[in-house]
Amino acid sequence: MRAFDSPAVELDPIPEPAVVRGRAIVITSGKGGVGKTTTTANIGAALAAMGKRVVLVDADVGLRNLDIVLGLESRVKYHVLDVLEEKVTLEEALVRDKRSDNLFLLAAAQTREKEDVVTAQMKALIERLRESFEYVLIDCPAGIEMGFKNAVAGAGHAIIVCTPEVSAVRDADRVVGLLPNSWRPELIINRLRPQLVKKGKMLSVDDVNGILRLPLLGVIADEPGVIVASNKGEPLALDPASETGAAYRAIAAKLAGETVAAPAVLVAPSGGFLSRIGSFFGGRA
Amino acid sequence: MLDFLKALFKPAPSSGETAKERLRLVLLSDHLSLAPDVIESLKRDLLAVISRYVEFDSANADVTFEQREREVAMLASVPITAVRERPKPSPDLLFALEPSSWPVRENGAEPVSGQLLGSDELAAESGPEPAPEREPEMAAESRAEEAPLELAVATVPKPKPARSGNAAGTRRRRRKKYAAATNAAKAKHPHPQQLGGQASAQA
Repeated sequence: MRAFDSPAVELDPIPEPAVVRGRAIVITSGKGGVGKTTTTANIGAALAAMGKRVVLVDADVGLRNLDIVLGLESRVKYHVLDVLEEKVTLEEALVRDKRSDNLFLLAAAQTREKEDVVTAQMKALIERLRESFEYVLIDCPAGIEMGFKNAVAGAGHAIIVCTPEVSAVRDADRVVGLLPNSWRPELIINRLRPQLVKKGKMLSVDDVNGILRLPLLGVIADEPGVIVASNKGEPLALDPASETGAAYRAIAAKLAGETVAAPAVLVAPSGGFLSRIGSFFGGRA
Repeated sequence: MLDFLKALFKPAPSSGETAKERLRLVLLSDHLSLAPDVIESLKRDLLAVISRYVEFDSANADVTFEQREREVAMLASVPITAVRERPKPSPDLLFALEPSSWPVRENGAEPVSGQLLGSDELAAESGPEPAPEREPEMAAESRAEEAPLELAVATVPKPKPARSGNAAGTRRRRRKKYAAATNAAKAKHPHPQQLGGQASAQA
């Protein structure tokens, strides 16, 4: 746990005018299969579409998927361990997105193990990326072991992805407890089915966040479009017609500090729960 | 007919509600690092302690746990009906506050008090007269059954030889299908393995 020790009082970093000093944000959940990778890809694509310089780091060594979700699998030549082991330069390993000049991917090694990554090296790598990118989004592997520790080590902020299920909320709660105390992680509730919540057959946004008590970054509905997008390797955030895409764009805007219609409108657990979730997020600032 | 219809349409708790309650309980247990049955024991023992000092409406007494920001608060709601005239803290309960002072008894000595965790016994005790004398082993056994806490293990007195003989007999009866020759051998040499057998049967 040494890696997570943080000073009680955070001092403002001394400004370095020459470099960017972007934000390193880890997307984590504890439980697997709740949509961390899809969330990372979509927030990254949306931020890039806003004109931000973004790099997505796949920290899921051994089980990389971020390249697939982004449709970049055929472009990946090198991975994060090649960089850490100084086989290639960081610039050589970065894959430029085919749709945006602002979006880059640093893939995970597929045939290696999480224990091969040295935490201090990973931290130094994220530091380097922060010098060239405004946003460094780190796709964290499931679990709370070495892979999680490596993914969190270089980050300064966390986004917790959680589905409205008992197991996912429990794991999210555990993960929040493992993050540095000074952090204030933000929550994305993924795969919500408003109709089921209405019928009392699914935990509502209030139920989930009544337990986790985190700032709510957004809510993503469970809809077929997400799977279609994953099939095609096209993040929904780039589809102007998609309501879910609009929700991701709203999340990205909120993350970037823009004023977005409060998702609190969504949390009414019964009655008045409109199924058109995306429309609430559609009104981007 | 009406009852039948009522039963038919009686709203069962929705699965969402079930999920919510399960989540509440599992997180409570996670945050306290206590198993659910230990939490139940804690509640019962807490009420037992309170009952030494005051009389209360046990039907409406409740101990609940509430999730605060990052910690859990334990809240006891105990409607007090009367104050006992002469409250008497149990020496064993004082020991419980300081694990290092837990008594380790040798030579089958009497425990200081047999009243530690028997909430029913505490509730029944109203007069100033001491609780009826009980055989030490019995007291220890009832504790172990009611509250599987380490404290109970720590106060288990050394078994008397006569008792271990009985236990060995029980064990033999259980294993009746094994060769009679083995039984005879055990009867001749009852120690020390049979003491071990008794301990594991108790645990």
